[in-house]
Amino acid sequence: MAFTDAKLAKYGRRARGNRVWMTLCMAATAVGLAMLALILGALVMKGVAGLSPRVFTEMTPPPGSAGGLLNPIVGSLIMTAIGVVVGTPLGVLAGTYLAEYGQHSRLASVVRFINDILLSAPSIVIGLFIYELMVRPMGHFSGIAGGVALSVIVVPVVLRTTEDMLRLVPGQLREAAFALGMPRSLVIRRVVYKAARTGMVTGVLLAVARISGETAPLLFTALNNQFFNASLNQPMASLPVVIFQFAMSPYKEWQDLAWAGALLITVSVLGLSILARSLSAQRS
Amino acid sequence: MSAPVSLPEKVSVKNLKFFYGANLALKDISLPLYDKKVTAFIGPSGCGKSTLLRVLNRMYDLYPRQRAEGSVMLDGEDILADGQDVNLLRAKIGMVFQKPTPFPMSIYDNVAFGIRLYEDLPKSEMDGRVETALRGAALWTEVKDKLDSSGLGLSGGQQQRLCIARSVAVKPEVILFDEPCSALDPISTAKIEELIDELKSQYTIAIVTHNMQQAARVSDYTAFMYLGELIEFDETSRIFTAPRQRATQDYITGRFG
Amino acid sequence: MTDIALKTAADSGIKRDSRAEALARFRLSDTLFAQLTRAAAIVVLLLLGGVIQSLINGSLAVWQEFGFGFFTGTSWNPVTERFGAAPAIYGTLVSSVLAMLIAVPIGIGIAVFLTELCPMALRRPIGIAVELLAGIPSIIYGIWGLFIFAPFLQATVQPFLIATLGNVPGLQGLFAGPPYGIGLLTASLVLAVMVLPFITSISRDVFETVPPMLKESAYGLGCTTWEVVRHVVIPYTRTGVIGGCMLALGRALGETMAVTFVVGNANKIAGSLLAPATTISATIANEFTEATGDLYTGALIGLGLILFMITFVVLSAARLMLLRLEMKKGK
Repeated sequence: MAFTDAKLAKYGRRARGNRVWMTLCMAATAVGLAMLALILGALVMKGVAGLSPRVFTEMTPPPGSAGGLLNPIVGSLIMTAIGVVVGTPLGVLAGTYLAEYGQHSRLASVVRFINDILLSAPSIVIGLFIYELMVRPMGHFSGIAGGVALSVIVVPVVLRTTEDMLRLVPGQLREAAFALGMPRSLVIRRVVYKAARTGMVTGVLLAVARISGETAPLLFTALNNQFFNASLNQPMASLPVVIFQFAMSPYKEWQDLAWAGALLITVSVLGLSILARSLSAQRS
Repeated sequence: MSAPVSLPEKVSVKNLKFFYGANLALKDISLPLYDKKVTAFIGPSGCGKSTLLRVLNRMYDLYPRQRAEGSVMLDGEDILADGQDVNLLRAKIGMVFQKPTPFPMSIYDNVAFGIRLYEDLPKSEMDGRVETALRGAALWTEVKDKLDSSGLGLSGGQQQRLCIARSVAVKPEVILFDEPCSALDPISTAKIEELIDELKSQYTIAIVTHNMQQAARVSDYTAFMYLGELIEFDETSRIFTAPRQRATQDYITGRFG
Repeated sequence: MTDIALKTAADSGIKRDSRAEALARFRLSDTLFAQLTRAAAIVVLLLLGGVIQSLINGSLAVWQEFGFGFFTGTSWNPVTERFGAAPAIYGTLVSSVLAMLIAVPIGIGIAVFLTELCPMALRRPIGIAVELLAGIPSIIYGIWGLFIFAPFLQATVQPFLIATLGNVPGLQGLFAGPPYGIGLLTASLVLAVMVLPFITSISRDVFETVPPMLKESAYGLGCTTWEVVRHVVIPYTRTGVIGGCMLALGRALGETMAVTFVVGNANKIAGSLLAPATTISATIANEFTEATGDLYTGALIGLGLILFMITFVVLSAARLMLLRLEMKKGK
């Protein structure tokens, strides 16, 4: 019952096919890793070249002169803060509804589905929405509109992780709390939230990472501002929008600043993701 | 202990050691699988019987940090040798698992799949081979009218017989059964046992089982293993009536395990 | 003795009262909290409704002016106020589909490598690297595409394509014209790099759901790794992989910044993939703040509405497929 030549020949073809496909898979991985290396490499090289203390101390310059990114950095921080402060409670509460109250109800299923759509919806459309909702009625672009636009992106991210994390809390823990005579809302707030806290914080961190690089929703909500501005009622500069404007410009100084800004954003976004990852690793 | 000596050994395990990382899971095992006989591996959980089975077709190769030392000769050829092609080996040594594992394709394709790996057959011939395999697994009459429907639609017992048909179809020389009835009801179990009895006219069979009655019913030889060691290997009738080791006796009489 | 007994009884009476009070308080806060979470959930629905409502409202002018012709019109001229969405729709669809054609095989290839071939020690680092790629903000892809990748393509890949494929009958049109660097093909490539990690991480996750015993059965028949992947792993996980790819397609369709930098922003349909083009999101990003007049703004918001509808359909289909998979798993 040994293998006939025909069988062995066929096996030889299959083995060669296997080698070809497996080599292709390895090549695909090499391509993916190379892309990451190329992007990060270029970013570090160009970004570090444009980086100097002035980046953190000076305002964005007029075309053709040197300056810094202080006003967009502050603007980004302010609007990100608004986005988180407005979006997080909403996302946490809605996530709580899905995990603890609604569960398999019709409303919960619909909300879950819609939330998943919002999670991947084009962010530029969110910008248009806030433009219609706030900018047009107010008559001018403003930092608050930018912050609210970002909060619309925060909600689905926080909602999703909150629901996932609350579901991971074992039912026995809830039952033990109920058995002490605690009412439901207290069980959720004192016990379930506490048990799921790290995971929920991770979700917020991921949301911050997501919005700190967002450009499209800010383009026509916060617009841009060449000067320092702490008023939420005025147009406000942000790092991504400044990078967009400066990178597309023909001026060398602006382009250098754009690279420096790009490096800053990437470092903070990747830093946040790594922080979030290590938090969730700690938990498990 | 007189008869075995003259029987041809299909597979000879010699001084086999097996490691999960740094853990020694099989300690110097030597035993034969006699040609066209059923050999049962019994012993309490964790004794290494499944591990031994998975060495015979080198399934452990799929996982890192698992390795075997010693030799396993199949028809005089060491299957643990570096140059051994594991795919060819596995085509010669079929395996049936604890749970039915039909592939996500039709009943017909489940059986034809393995044949197509090594042979390009015209449709009519392929049909014949599929039918023979399904008949061999006592499944033909139940599925002949729905060969195109998914294998996942069958009952558990039927799925397991489909998996046996799939193994038989590639015409292996040895078939390994890893607790093939652990997920089945008593009637399906009886059918599979009957089948194993028929299959041994053509194949050398090794079966791992938790069920001592099953081992007594289907096997010709039995190996009792405990904590990675082979305690006793003998004719099944002898193991179950007059074991030489105290531990074997304790196990088969249900005193531990 | 009796005194003490009475005293404790009185004490417990007080306690019982305060306990009843506490319960009443609890009941109120309990209801409030439940209603609050419910309201928050409804706000999520309102968000989606608000998005659709505002897009329709904002673009009313353009539908009144052009009607269905807005979809098919090929000219985009703010001066004469003639607006047609066809070039932007064309650019969006072509760039996304091309990106998927490139990214799907590579993404699945990486997932196969990670689940079937990769040595254990490398599995985690490579997995993390791929996820880092997903974490990079899209504007970074844009700036990198504009300053590094496009000039590279212009100097190497594009002249090569023009010299080779540009002479193949049937493909000539697709690879005609000078190598600009930026253009539809460049946008597709940058998009491909962007969606790659999504495809890889979803594929890897669903590949890992294949029961090891099922794979072992295929190996047990003498299958090679590729055959196990091709005949068992991929069929078993098909729904999940397709769902993941559609999710990635949804992202590619709506992606703004990575595309805006490199697509060339030419609002016309050129036959060549090397020519500058535009997409819906790039047009909006570039022109919205400069748009004057209700019709121009309306046309851009109308583009947004079209984009939202396309992505809504794609994302819904993706979610439904993945949802079906989850239900199957739960069964």
